[in-house]
Amino acid sequence: MSILTPTAGRQAIYRVNPVAKLAAAGIISVALVLSIDWASASVALALEAVLFLFAGLTPRQFFLRTAPIWIAAPLGAVTILLYGQASGRSHFTFLLVNVTDGSIELAIATLLRVLAIGLPAVVLFVTVDPTDLADGLAQVLRLPSRFVLGALAGLRLVALFLEDWRSLELARRARGVGDRGKLKRFAGQAFALLVLSIRRGSKLATAMEARGFGASNKRSWARESRLGARDLVLVLAASAIAGAAVTVSVATGNWNFIAGR
Amino acid sequence: MGSAAASVVARGWGWRHHGRAGWAVRELDLRIEPGERVLLLGASGAGKSTLLHALAGVLGGDDEGEQIGQLLIDGAAAESARGSAGLVLQDPDSQVVLARVGDDVAFGCENLGVPRDEIWRRVRNALDAVGLALPLDHPTSELSGGQKQRLALAGVLAMRPGLLLLDEPTANLDPDGVIEVRDAVARVLRGTDATLVVVEHRVDVWWKVVDRVIVLAPGGGVLADGAPDDVLAAAGDALSAAGVWVPGHVPEAPARAREAGAGLLATEDLAVARVKGSVVREGITLTVDAGRCLAVTGPNGAGKSTLGLTLAGLLRPASGRVLAHGLSGGLAPDPISWKSRELLTRIGTVFQDPEHQFITGTVRNELAVGARTLGLSEIETARRIDPLMERLRLESLAEANPFTLSGGEKRRLSVATVLVTRPRLLVLDEPTFGQDARTWRELVAFLAELLEEGSGIVAVTHDRALVSVLADTEFRMSRRRLETESVVRP
Repeated sequence: MSILTPTAGRQAIYRVNPVAKLAAAGIISVALVLSIDWASASVALALEAVLFLFAGLTPRQFFLRTAPIWIAAPLGAVTILLYGQASGRSHFTFLLVNVTDGSIELAIATLLRVLAIGLPAVVLFVTVDPTDLADGLAQVLRLPSRFVLGALAGLRLVALFLEDWRSLELARRARGVGDRGKLKRFAGQAFALLVLSIRRGSKLATAMEARGFGASNKRSWARESRLGARDLVLVLAASAIAGAAVTVSVATGNWNFIAGR
Repeated sequence: MGSAAASVVARGWGWRHHGRAGWAVRELDLRIEPGERVLLLGASGAGKSTLLHALAGVLGGDDEGEQIGQLLIDGAAAESARGSAGLVLQDPDSQVVLARVGDDVAFGCENLGVPRDEIWRRVRNALDAVGLALPLDHPTSELSGGQKQRLALAGVLAMRPGLLLLDEPTANLDPDGVIEVRDAVARVLRGTDATLVVVEHRVDVWWKVVDRVIVLAPGGGVLADGAPDDVLAAAGDALSAAGVWVPGHVPEAPARAREAGAGLLATEDLAVARVKGSVVREGITLTVDAGRCLAVTGPNGAGKSTLGLTLAGLLRPASGRVLAHGLSGGLAPDPISWKSRELLTRIGTVFQDPEHQFITGTVRNELAVGARTLGLSEIETARRIDPLMERLRLESLAEANPFTLSGGEKRRLSVATVLVTRPRLLVLDEPTFGQDARTWRELVAFLAELLEEGSGIVAVTHDRALVSVLADTEFRMSRRRLETESVVRP
């Protein structure tokens, strides 16, 4: 499994334009970073949980892909719990550690927030094919095709770099320089990989040029990328989640504007 | 399918790469008529690739080099005619642009601004023409080398060029891949009247496909030009000496007199794995003796290279053992347990891609690395390096960066670097891959001398000619079974 092999499927989520997914993840993130409170995050999380059922991932795929978020969220929360801004009653102190009513509340808010922002972002992006994303960026957002396609083609070389790295390691042992300190060896090997990757990159550039890439005439697109009703639905759903989260939070008096603190 | 065939005209044309003293090509005058099928030959460094890149319009502008004279496709300057010529390059891995087969073939058409419906029609036609019967969304990362080259050919065909340019399209392929690509090209040519120019060392592969052979002279200009058989009769010996693989010029086996020496290394029910946990091959039992060459052969994916690297003490056996009692000299018999420095005088490994093993900025330093690690004096180091540089024609390149050398020079350097520390066993992974006939002869002669001096050699190879002139024993790894057989020389 790598960044180049998104899970494939036929569910609705796979047929949504990557640009719409980008927008949806962006809308939720912006709304939720404006305030640190438990109310907005839990409303968003609850609504998202309903949408995850329609995302088309099996429970196994879902938890495997989102594992980093499930690990990062509690770690962040524990840090805030121990060292977060103290307020209210103190429950436990030890050196710099000070667990208070305030830090408990902040920790819960942080936990929910990381999940509410991270989970949808991961779920939206594991279903993005890099080629489709590039098509969307170039055709919908009108980013320059030279950069978008250049980056896309370069991404494919990543798999070759892993293979190169292994060979470089063996070659160093064969050349008698494998006993050096780990750090020195790593630095040398990293430099060698850089040299190799530049050479591979320039060969790829020649091959692309030979097929007319970068010529001045207008480019056509074999795969059409445009926004449709399905994409609108996703963006509206994300806006609704963001709106509901902010509304509930403000109405219950929990809104805690980040710039106003 | 295809657009009108293009003509090529060179008038006093020449090209010099930026920062180089000599011209890559100079004073070239030639005319190729529309629809001709041309094999372009010449010694390494005669400028064949440069000419092909210039015709494809990918040599670059004034900052990349200097041009004299004229090079025209259908009467227009080649650099402005991009799209009228389609180029397939040597390295299969660096020509795949996109992740799916269909998208990759469509890439060139998109760049030319071909309408969408027309693109997909062309994509299907081009894949048919090269015989790649795969779904359009098949991942390009799962293709073999031969399939990748056919994909590149399809991508070029879909652009409907009047001039098809092939730059050593089979040099990096195994024997099956070579035939696969050659047949695909032959089939394509039956269905189009495009002009063809192909560069290749191995003449026999293309002999039946072309109707004209042009030989570039190393100093500039044209050495020979005409129908294939006429050129062969007139310049066959000169071509062979210059490194071209000419049909009928069979390499001779170097004479060897030495009896087999002591056993150097043996395996006990060995299983090999490239990545820990995924065993490629098991049940391997073989021996390597001093003064003898063991060839390891078999199709791609059979585990030949993995076996080579395991014998060389670079990969840990997945199970079983490699026992090098004849080499250990006081150490434990398992090469994998030796320190990197301890390998230097015992087992030398030459990798398939020489670029993986270069670690310094000049040829001389590259050769000195092993000697310095052993702590040899400057005088002793020079005493070992100088004859090697002379023997392998590297003296004039002492201060050059290893990465800037030609394919043949890189290979010779990678062999030389290993020999400086005088290991008693050599493990070579595809030592003759993509080499011209001259480098091939030199390598074989040199390896035969090492055998005579009592070294042992393990050569992982697809090259039947190498097996027949050098190997004493062949260890065949077919997909089904493993077998050891003595090589009988004619």
